[in-house]
Amino acid sequence: MNGNHLPDLARDVVQRALARGATDAECTIAEGEEFSAGVRMRELENLKEAGSRGAGLRIVIGRKTGSSYTSDLSREGIDLLLKSAIELADVTTEDPHAGLPEPEELGAVAGDLRLFDPEVEKLETPLRIETARRAEAAALDADPRIFNSEGASFESHVGRHIFSNSRGFAGDYRTSYCSVSAAPVARDGESMERDYWFTLARGFGGLEPPEQVGRTAAQRAIRRLHPVKVETQRVPVVFEPRAARTLLDNLYEAVHGMSIYRQESFLAGKLGERVAGDSVTVVDDGTIPGLFGTSPFDDEGVPSRRTVVIERGVLKSYLLNAYAARKLGMKTTGNASRGLAGNAGIGHGNFFLEAGVQTPEEILAGVANGFYVTELMGFGVNIVTGDYSRGAAGLWIRGGELAYAVSEVTIAGNLMDMLMGLEAVGSDLEFRGSMAAPTLRIGEMTVGGK
Amino acid sequence: MVFSESVFASRFNIAKQDLEAYLGEALSRGGDYADLYFEYLLTSSIGIDESIVKSASQGVSVGVGVRVISGERTGYAYSDDLSPEKIRKAARVAACIAAGPAKVEKFDLREGARHDLYPVLTAPTETAFAERVELVKRADRAARAYDPRIFQVQAAYADNLRYVMVATSDGVIALDRQPLARLSVAALARQDGGPPQRGHSGGGGRVELGYFLNEKTPEHFAREAAREAVVMLGAVEAPAGETTVVLGPGWPGILLHEAVGHGLEADFNRKGLSAFSGRMGEKVASELCTVVDDGTIAGRRGSLNVDDEGRLTRRNVLIENGVLRGYLQDRLSSALTRAESTGSGRREGYAHMPMPRMTNTFMLAGQSDPADIVRSVPKGIYCANFGGGQVDITSGNFVFSASESYLIEDGKLTRPVRNATLIGNGPEALKYVSMVGNDLRLDEGIGICGKEGQSVPVGVGIPTIRIDRMTVGGTA
Repeated sequence: MNGNHLPDLARDVVQRALARGATDAECTIAEGEEFSAGVRMRELENLKEAGSRGAGLRIVIGRKTGSSYTSDLSREGIDLLLKSAIELADVTTEDPHAGLPEPEELGAVAGDLRLFDPEVEKLETPLRIETARRAEAAALDADPRIFNSEGASFESHVGRHIFSNSRGFAGDYRTSYCSVSAAPVARDGESMERDYWFTLARGFGGLEPPEQVGRTAAQRAIRRLHPVKVETQRVPVVFEPRAARTLLDNLYEAVHGMSIYRQESFLAGKLGERVAGDSVTVVDDGTIPGLFGTSPFDDEGVPSRRTVVIERGVLKSYLLNAYAARKLGMKTTGNASRGLAGNAGIGHGNFFLEAGVQTPEEILAGVANGFYVTELMGFGVNIVTGDYSRGAAGLWIRGGELAYAVSEVTIAGNLMDMLMGLEAVGSDLEFRGSMAAPTLRIGEMTVGGK
Repeated sequence: MVFSESVFASRFNIAKQDLEAYLGEALSRGGDYADLYFEYLLTSSIGIDESIVKSASQGVSVGVGVRVISGERTGYAYSDDLSPEKIRKAARVAACIAAGPAKVEKFDLREGARHDLYPVLTAPTETAFAERVELVKRADRAARAYDPRIFQVQAAYADNLRYVMVATSDGVIALDRQPLARLSVAALARQDGGPPQRGHSGGGGRVELGYFLNEKTPEHFAREAAREAVVMLGAVEAPAGETTVVLGPGWPGILLHEAVGHGLEADFNRKGLSAFSGRMGEKVASELCTVVDDGTIAGRRGSLNVDDEGRLTRRNVLIENGVLRGYLQDRLSSALTRAESTGSGRREGYAHMPMPRMTNTFMLAGQSDPADIVRSVPKGIYCANFGGGQVDITSGNFVFSASESYLIEDGKLTRPVRNATLIGNGPEALKYVSMVGNDLRLDEGIGICGKEGQSVPVGVGIPTIRIDRMTVGGTA
C-alpha cells in the first residue's frame, strides 16, 4: 500500500466542502487489500488477490444532510464526490437533530490497540495455500465418514481507515486479520451432514493450528449424522457458544439506538428496568487490544469505549451515535458506524455476554430432558415484538448428557422471556469475531418438531 | 448497444485490441479460459423516517475483474483503476493459477447475442433527484393516512444503473446496461398503548421511474405495509409442530428458492455436496409441481439480457411434474461436467467470482381454485407473506419466516398469527403438495439472494398451494 497522501486528501475534501458552502463535512477513506486461497479435496481450487480504495463524504448544510461516495480518487472523481453531496443536501429535509458530534466529544483511544500486524502483508502465497491444505487434510483424515468437503480456505486482509471532519478531527489506523476455515462433509449410509470451524487473528502467529481447525470441523460434522426429528415439546434449551453468539446479535439489534428512538424494539423505554436474569451482564467494549471489534475511534471520530449494556439483568445503556443520542436526549456511546455510502449508522465494538462460573458440563448436567442447539437458521426474529422462531439443529440432552443428533426442528419463544429465563451462564467465553457469548441455558422454550 | 458506443470505449478509452491484450496476459502462463468483467456502477438511495427525508446518497464505482480457469482451478484478481498498467497487473496475478507455457491464441472478439428485456430509455438513476424524493414522501403520507394506529413509517428508495462488459477468451464480448429500482416501506402500528407490530412491503424491477407513477405506486406499497402492521395487532400465538400449510400466491415462492433452487445449483452438485446430488430423473416433488428458473422475463428484478459470464439467459426447467430435470450451470461447472450452459453465472460485482445463481424462480400454475384450496383444510395455517429464508444445502433442511399468516379453521381463515418460522427438507417437502392453484403470481420485486458472501437481485413466484405436512415453529 502506498496511501501516504490519503490523510491529506481527506482533510482537503473537508476543506473544499466548506468552501463550497457546507456548514460541516466529514470524509472517510478506506483502503484495503484482500487475499484468499481455497483448497478442496487436497487440491488448490482458487486464488484471489486484489486491492481497492474508496472515499465517502457526508456534508451538512444548515440542518440538511447529503452524502456521496466514489471509488475514483482522481481530481475528477473528487470533484464529482463534492458536487453530488452538495446537490443532495438540497433535496433532503431540515432535521433539527442532524449534524456531527460536538468538538469536545471527538478524540481517539491512546496507545497501541494491536489491530495491525505488518507480517500479514508479507506472507508468501505457498504458505497461505499450505495452511488451508493442512486444515482440510486434517478434516479429511479425521474419520472415514468424512467423505467430501466444501473445502478449506485461508483469507487475509489488510486495511487502512482514514477519517477527517470539519470540527477538527483527523485520524487514521491500520488493521489486519487472517483466518483459516474448513467445511467438511460427513456421510454414513443415507445421512449426509456438513459443518465448519475456523480461527481468526490479527496476525498469522495468533491463529490456532490448522489441524485443530480441521479436526474440530470434522467432529462437528460427524456428531450431526443420523439426526432425529423430535416430538413438539417445551423443554430447557442450552445454546453452545456458536449458537449463543446469535442471541447477542438479536440483543444488539434490540439496543440499537435507531430502533430505540423509533420505538421499534421490545427494549425501547426499558432503561433501568430488569430485562434479564441476574447472571446476565452484557458489555460493548471497543477498546480491548487485538480484538476484532476494537478501534481507536468510531466512524464519527468519537473515541471507542466500554459501555455496560445490561448489568446483572438490568438494562443500563443503549448503543448510540451522535444522531440517535440527540434524538433520545443522551450522549453518544461512540458506536457510529458507516460504510462509504450514506449517513453514519450504528455498530458495535466487542459485544459480549460476560462469562459465568459454570462449566458447559455442569450446565448440561442440570438438564434431564432438553435440547442442545449448535446451529440456528433463518431470520425469524422480530425485534419489534421480541417474537423468536428459528430453525435449529443440535443434540438432544438425556440425563445431563448429549445423546443423539436432532435436526429439522424449530425453537420458539419471546426474546424478553428468553432473557428473563436465562438461568445458567458458562465459563467458556472466547472471541471468534466481534460478538461472543459462553454456553447459555434458557429454562424453557418450545421445540417444534413432529 | 455496440462496443464502440459503450461507456467503456467512450468514457474509459478501451479498445478491442486492449481487451485482446489483457486476455493474452491472463493466459500468459497457460490455462483453459480467461475472462474480463468490467463494471461501471452508479447508485442512489433516499430514506425518509419520521416524515423527514434524512438521507440522500449517490455514488459511483468502477472496476474490472480478471479470471483465469485452469482445470478445476480459478485465479481471480481485480482493480478499481481501469488504467492499462493496473489491468495488466490484475491479469498477471490471476494468471498465476496456471503454471505452463503461454497459449498463443487469437481471440478475434465479436459481440455475442443478448436479449432486450429492459429497453429503458431513461434509467431511474438518470432522472432528477427531486422526482425520486417525491416517491418516499408519498409513501410516508399514504402509510400514515391508512389508519390512525400507524405511528411510525420508514420508506427507502434505491436505484442503480450498472454498465457491464464481459470479454472472454472464447472470443465473445457481451455488453449490457442494467437499470434496477426498488421502493420499500415499513410501518409500525400500535393500539391503546399496547405493543407495536410491524408491516413491510416493497417492489420494483428493471423499469423506468414511471413504473412507480403508473403501475405500482408509492401509495400501493404504503397501504400494503400499513395493512400488514394493523392486521398483526390482532395476532395470536402460532401453532407449534406439524400441520397443513397453505401458501398464498407471489412472494411465498421463496419456498422454492430455498427448498429446491439452491440445492440445484451446479457447483454444489458437481462436488456432490447437495442433498439433490445424483438424483437427476428422480421424483423429488408431487406430480403437481413444475418449477422453473427464468432469467428472460421482461422488466423483472431477477432478469438479465446476458448473465455475468456473457452468456444468454434462459428459461430452465428444474422440476417437471415432480421429476428433477436440471441444474443451474455457470461456465466452470458446465465445462467440467460437459453440460449445456443455462445462463446462470452471476456475481455481485467486479470484485467477485461468478457462480451458478437463480434468476426468477417459480412454480407453474395448476388447476385448483384458490378458494377451494383454503376450504379443503380443516385445520392449518395460511401464509400470505414472508420475510427471508435459508437452506443447508447438504442436509437439504430449509427455513422461511412467515410475516403475515392466519389460522385456517374448518376451511376458513380466522385469526392472524404471530411471526413463525417454517422448516422442511428440500427433497421431501414438495412431495406433500396436494393442490396447486390457478393463480400464479410473481413477487413485486424486492428479493435479494445471498450466497458465499455475494448478494444478487432475484425474483420468486408461486400460485396458491396446499402442503399437507410441514413443521411450524410457533409456541402454541
